[in-house]
Amino acid sequence: MTTDGPVTAELEADAERAESRRGLFLALPSYIYLLFLFALPLLIIGVYSFASRSRTGMPKLEAWNLDSITKLFTDDLIRSIFARSLIVAILTTAFCLLVGYPFAYYIATRSEKTRNILLVFVMIPFWTNFLVRTYAWRVLLGEDGLITELGRFLNLWDSMLFTLPAVYIGLVYGYLPFMVLPLYAAIERLDWSLVEAARDLYASGWVAFRRVTLPLTKQGIIAGSILVFIPSLGAYVTPDILGGAKTTLIGNYVVNQFLTARNWPLGSSVSMAIMVVMLIATIWYFRSGAKTL
Amino acid sequence: MRRILVIALAFALLGAACGGDGNSELVDLAAACEVGDVDGDLDLYNWSEYIDPDLVTAFEADFGVTVNESFYDSNEAMLPQIESGGNDYDLVVPSDYTVTIMSEEGLIIALNKDAIPNLSNLDPAFTGLPYDENDEYSVPYQWGTSGIGYSYDVVPEDWEASWEIIFDPGFAPDVSGRISLLNDPRETMGIALKYLGYSINTTDQAELDEAVELLKGIKDRVKLFDSDQFEDLLVSGETTVAHGWSGDFFAAFDEASDDTYDAYEDFGYGIPKEGAVAWVDTMAIPITADAPCTAHTFINFLLDPENGAALTNFNFYASPNAASEPFVDPEILEDETIYPPDEVFERLEFLADTGDFETNYSDAFNEVKS
Amino acid sequence: MTTRDGSALTRRLDRILKGHAWFVYLFFYLPILVLIVFSFNESRFFTWEALSLRWYRQMFANDNLMAALWASLQVAAVSTVISTALGTAAALALERYKRFLGKRTFDALLYLPVIIPDVTMAAMLLVFFTSLGRQLSITTIVLSHIAFNISFVSIVVRARLANLDPALEEAAADLYAGRWQAFRKITLPLIMPGVLGGALLALTLSLDDVVITQFVKGPDTLPTFVFGLIKRGVTPEINAVSTLMLTASVVLVLGSLALQRRN
Repeated sequence: MTTDGPVTAELEADAERAESRRGLFLALPSYIYLLFLFALPLLIIGVYSFASRSRTGMPKLEAWNLDSITKLFTDDLIRSIFARSLIVAILTTAFCLLVGYPFAYYIATRSEKTRNILLVFVMIPFWTNFLVRTYAWRVLLGEDGLITELGRFLNLWDSMLFTLPAVYIGLVYGYLPFMVLPLYAAIERLDWSLVEAARDLYASGWVAFRRVTLPLTKQGIIAGSILVFIPSLGAYVTPDILGGAKTTLIGNYVVNQFLTARNWPLGSSVSMAIMVVMLIATIWYFRSGAKTL
Repeated sequence: MRRILVIALAFALLGAACGGDGNSELVDLAAACEVGDVDGDLDLYNWSEYIDPDLVTAFEADFGVTVNESFYDSNEAMLPQIESGGNDYDLVVPSDYTVTIMSEEGLIIALNKDAIPNLSNLDPAFTGLPYDENDEYSVPYQWGTSGIGYSYDVVPEDWEASWEIIFDPGFAPDVSGRISLLNDPRETMGIALKYLGYSINTTDQAELDEAVELLKGIKDRVKLFDSDQFEDLLVSGETTVAHGWSGDFFAAFDEASDDTYDAYEDFGYGIPKEGAVAWVDTMAIPITADAPCTAHTFINFLLDPENGAALTNFNFYASPNAASEPFVDPEILEDETIYPPDEVFERLEFLADTGDFETNYSDAFNEVKS
Repeated sequence: MTTRDGSALTRRLDRILKGHAWFVYLFFYLPILVLIVFSFNESRFFTWEALSLRWYRQMFANDNLMAALWASLQVAAVSTVISTALGTAAALALERYKRFLGKRTFDALLYLPVIIPDVTMAAMLLVFFTSLGRQLSITTIVLSHIAFNISFVSIVVRARLANLDPALEEAAADLYAGRWQAFRKITLPLIMPGVLGGALLALTLSLDDVVITQFVKGPDTLPTFVFGLIKRGVTPEINAVSTLMLTASVVLVLGSLALQRRN
């Protein structure tokens, strides 16, 4: 750098400043939007974590205390509920990835026109109401349901309704598109010449896939996993409707605080805790992912 | 970041400060309402499918106003909407314990009884109820019970309903794995408390713990917890015993019946002999109202004998309107589980707000489900 | 990419992939079939009774339901368009510009709406709108939907942008005079699948949201209305609405594809 004349340095600095201005300009609309319609409200609810419960739910902004925060760290019930929810979310994400990757791969390797049609047909079922779809699963999995009949015919399973498998079927069904969309976006723009080269280099297609395709679509896998993991961790409607509400998950717990116990301070502090955990997990995932893959 | 925090705090305080203003002004306005007055369109905030659409149309035609309906599905979802004052609702339909909360928090106004002459049609049993002892803030809309719906496959038709069928593993025939319970802490902890002989409104932690143990012990017998479709699951044969609200069961039985099939021959509903939970939904005017006179007129309209009966014929819940009984379908009126005789009525208990103990109920229910 | 070399192994793999894809589509559409079939059922319950248009008649006669459907479509359309534009710009800023004022904060802020439990977001937005003294209305619903959709759109677009070769854009910048032209001619077509995916996701989320809408609503949207109806056990009417929406979207999609093909 020292060999550059002062003029070039100045020009570079100018260019950099212009560049940074342009970046800010692009980000600004959403930046401002999120500051006002997200960050600000979030801080309000953060403040609520320290308030005390009122009879109507919306906290009284007096009698500040640390009760909700303390409960978070001392209550065994919350801890076991959280652990249980974590397992559900991890398994759901894994199932979605296993089913979604080959599916997205198939779509992304069709001709351009077919691709678009196939992709839109992934989304169409999801433009009908979520609740209605989930209740339809009750019919399929129930005593006389199609899937139950199939299972009986194959002698493999009986009615799965109100059991754990039903919960996983419902969750994977609900969140699979969140996995497929980013995966599709990532696979579609793969540089196939690299894959070809890898195929020539390594004998087995599997090694080529593992060494080249998979790392190249890493971003899609990460984005998809985040998009699935997060709502699975907060899921409460599907476990209730298909699992029979027999076990409380953390999503239920938060919703109960707001909509049954009318305990907004505790609801707020549990939500904050969930967000912190997820933020840490996401950051950690990004950091470690960048190194190992 | 610090600046944002300060602004947020300011907002939060602002939000708290502008809660209860304009209340006394509204009471004055309401006091001037005469019978049949209207002072604008009615913004009605009600439970879904809770009013016969024909009644709404009739009211619009009679009084030349428009009724805008919005819906909610739980008292807890309705409360913050009213408290925040984000909508100018003129009339809401809170349940019993919610009336206490709303009146004590200043969210609903004292009614001008002069503008509601039809109040005299009310059954005296529905005046002076504990949630609104002086009938100052609310007028009963409809009421019902939560008991047991069952299939006659497992019990004889003359079975005297009892919570034993759920809680006693020795009950014959065995209904294990075919039971649904309400997915609601107060209702479901409530029946366990009732079975143990305690009040459903207990604030004694030891009694609540006992109820938790009882429910945990029979959890394997329960197929699911559900508050939305329990009646459909019973009728479609997925369950054989269901804990739920009376009107939902009857609506489902009625819907399942046709010219060739009578669902009442296969299914029944009973109020258990140990006692059960009763509830009353009421009409009240929130402080956000901007047409208080129309709201009073609407209350008076629904208290009319024929209109009150139309409500009951529409959704199978009993009317607290005694004068409406001649117009109620005889089948509904004669059904002792909808219009229970006095001795059954005495075994019923209304849910009351237990203040901060509500969180103990919620924790207890989560404990059962862990 | 169907033209890649056709060794027996690849062909077999392709067949397996195809079978898997059909299986996944079956999985996606099974509940939809149930819903369509039972929308034509005379009975309210999920047991087949007789063919009937009863629920369709009832649906069209239900003014509240129709109003909710209309509100839902408006909310979904407006919030999808705005959040796709904002989200794409945000993704470009984060992926294409090394640093700008507050980039790191922005990056984190953009993730928060995705990881917050929806009921918490619902409660905080309600408090926020009403402490501003705002009347809750269809506008507050749209504002809330945009707030969570920006993040979802930007995540999908970023996944697309991440490994895209910037050299292409740089070459384009040299080739065309203006940045805008370079963007329109090169970058936009390249990221289009990501933008489209993000928009589809936003549309879906908006059409499905119950909890947040329930808190910030003025008028009912279809999901909040359905939520209340299900409590009362009147589902076939909803099946009828869903069938209608499905038919409309399939017609719309196929129509636009046909148009595209002609051009």
